[in-house]
Amino acid sequence: MPAKMQLTKGNEALAMGAIAGGCDCFFGYPITPQNEVPEVLSYEMPKRGRVFVQAESEVASINMVYGAAAAGKRAMTSSSSPGVSLMMEGLSYIACAELPCLIVNVMRGGPGLGSITPSQGDYFQACKGGGHGDYHSVVLAPWNVQEMYEFPALAFELADRYRCPAMLLADGVLGAMMEPAEISDDAPPPNVPEKPWATNGRNGRAHKNVVNSLVIDPYGLRDHNLKLQAKYKAMECETRWDTRDVDDAEILVVAYGISARLALSGCKLARKKGIKAGLLRPITLFPFPSKQIAECARNKKRILVVELSAGQMVEDVRLAVNGDVPVDFYGEMGGVIPSPAEVCEKIVEAAQ
Amino acid sequence: MTTAMNSQDGMKKQNGGSVAAEDLVDLKCVFERPQSLSDKPFHYCPGCSHGTYHRLIAEMIDEFGFMDRTVGICPVGCAVFAYEYFETDMIEASHGRAPAVATGVKRALPDRFVFTYQGDGDLASIGMGEIIHAAARGERITVFFVNNGIFGMTGGQMAPTSLIGQKTTTSVDGRDARATGHPIRVCELLSNLEGVAYMARVALTSPKNINTCRKYMRKAIRAQTEDVGLGLVEVLSPCPVQWGMSPGDALHHIEEDVVKEFPPGEFVDKLADPVKA
Ligand SMILES: Cc1ncc(C[n+]2csc(CCOP(=O)(O)OP(=O)(O)O)c2C)c(N)n1
Ligand code: SF4
Ligand SMILES: [Mg+2]
Repeated sequence: MPAKMQLTKGNEALAMGAIAGGCDCFFGYPITPQNEVPEVLSYEMPKRGRVFVQAESEVASINMVYGAAAAGKRAMTSSSSPGVSLMMEGLSYIACAELPCLIVNVMRGGPGLGSITPSQGDYFQACKGGGHGDYHSVVLAPWNVQEMYEFPALAFELADRYRCPAMLLADGVLGAMMEPAEISDDAPPPNVPEKPWATNGRNGRAHKNVVNSLVIDPYGLRDHNLKLQAKYKAMECETRWDTRDVDDAEILVVAYGISARLALSGCKLARKKGIKAGLLRPITLFPFPSKQIAECARNKKRILVVELSAGQMVEDVRLAVNGDVPVDFYGEMGGVIPSPAEVCEKIVEAAQ
Repeated sequence: MTTAMNSQDGMKKQNGGSVAAEDLVDLKCVFERPQSLSDKPFHYCPGCSHGTYHRLIAEMIDEFGFMDRTVGICPVGCAVFAYEYFETDMIEASHGRAPAVATGVKRALPDRFVFTYQGDGDLASIGMGEIIHAAARGERITVFFVNNGIFGMTGGQMAPTSLIGQKTTTSVDGRDARATGHPIRVCELLSNLEGVAYMARVALTSPKNINTCRKYMRKAIRAQTEDVGLGLVEVLSPCPVQWGMSPGDALHHIEEDVVKEFPPGEFVDKLADPVKA
């Protein structure tokens, strides 16, 4: 059946997107607000002869992902903030062992048990490593249900290309909202590159393969770190971003995910009031569109960063413009979502 | 002992010297390194049985003809470098999570032979959750479990399997049950779970016991290959260094004391066994 427009919930789109993206194995532990992901996959995966396991914990989930990814399969897990925190040791191992896989975080309010309401409070964890040691995941931030469907495939593709974990950073609104989206039930299988490094049994191979994150020799570990860092640098060409009405804008709003939706509405309201505002939306949070933000900010009066956090991505925006343009911040926490009118108000304030 | 067994250089030296190569032509090879064991010398302390168990695993992989379709998962513990000693594909897991990693591999590749190798800190302390649930799910994996009653690698701290009264670096006056609880008997604990197809414990202290161990290992492997459930063999193993004993005394200690807390034998056997029937 070809892709058709259907009214779809974000989490369900994500689950179908994982299937379209060639996910062979899903391992996960239930947590709100992403439960539809494992629920849908629990029947859609076995139907297609693929693997679904409800793990006993997020610690187990991420280590099952480690095993299946080491075996050369497209493997993923999905969770929300507290569960993703539990995965950090495993993620660090995966990054060091250079295994491609997908981790979904449908973020909820924190810290602690927090709430089940939407949040963007895990930006630091997602983009700065999160677990121990110097590593990064590719981080993709969808802003609508269509991207919830499309990004798992993109995430797997980038993960395979760079042999690194990819994270899809969504939030409780994107997971729960319903929108028309073009979804296919039987997308053609994606092209998956050969994985000659996989530990899948030698099967005639002249040498054994080892998947490992232990490098006991200091120079060896330094060299491995340098290799990882070179890879992160090379990823810069994968940077993705989107701009709306920025050319003539005096105020540049920078926001990702659901905040970008609110910010775009806020910009439109501001234009009605005669203030020229435009939006830059980072789509990859790692690699971060620093150059693009700096370039776009060049002739702007001020930048306003909008997040559902106390101010996390704003630090990267400030680093990007390096003091050339003043950067304001507007954030809400705990699941409180600002209205477009409130964003507009902040744009008006910035313009004065 | 194990180092010499595994070292090709050692063998060459023994066989070499002044003996001419042609004089050796008629000699029959009676003992050699299993194909699945690499020629890398073990790093284990003298008197440790990690190397012995490695060799037994490699023998089994050869015997079953699995070298080409095995994926092994090593622990964090003294056996952390086990991936260097086997000629099969190997994965190094995080501390305690080998059963979850093995689950990922086995579900992804059901026709491969998947084993974990785990110490008692790895399996019975930090990784207790993962082994219980892998066993409950009846994962078709084989677990080679080394119980030496101590955290060998980190310097001899108390393990959940340390005996009452055992002196360790975190129980310097001897393990006190009131403060630290009682030893966990893994086989007894897991044998309640339906997913376990085979489980046995043996003290790795004598040639006779090593033969018994081979017998148990065969069944723990068949539990997987015959699609019955999880197989596990626990070996009571010496850690002379962290126990502060000579290798000989350490073996006696197992045979005298450790077996009282951890009785050897078969705990679960769901294989249709003609000998038993
Ligand atoms: C998450 C984590 N916690 C702690 C450690 C430190 N650590 C390494 S090995 C080990 C204990 C190993 O004991 P055991 O499993 O009994 O193996 P043995 O060395 O005795 O063979 C510990 C606590 C670690 N590597 N990772
Ligand atoms: S510390 Fe103990 S377990 Fe570790 S290698 Fe030495 S004897 Fe073996
Ligand atoms: Mg131990």
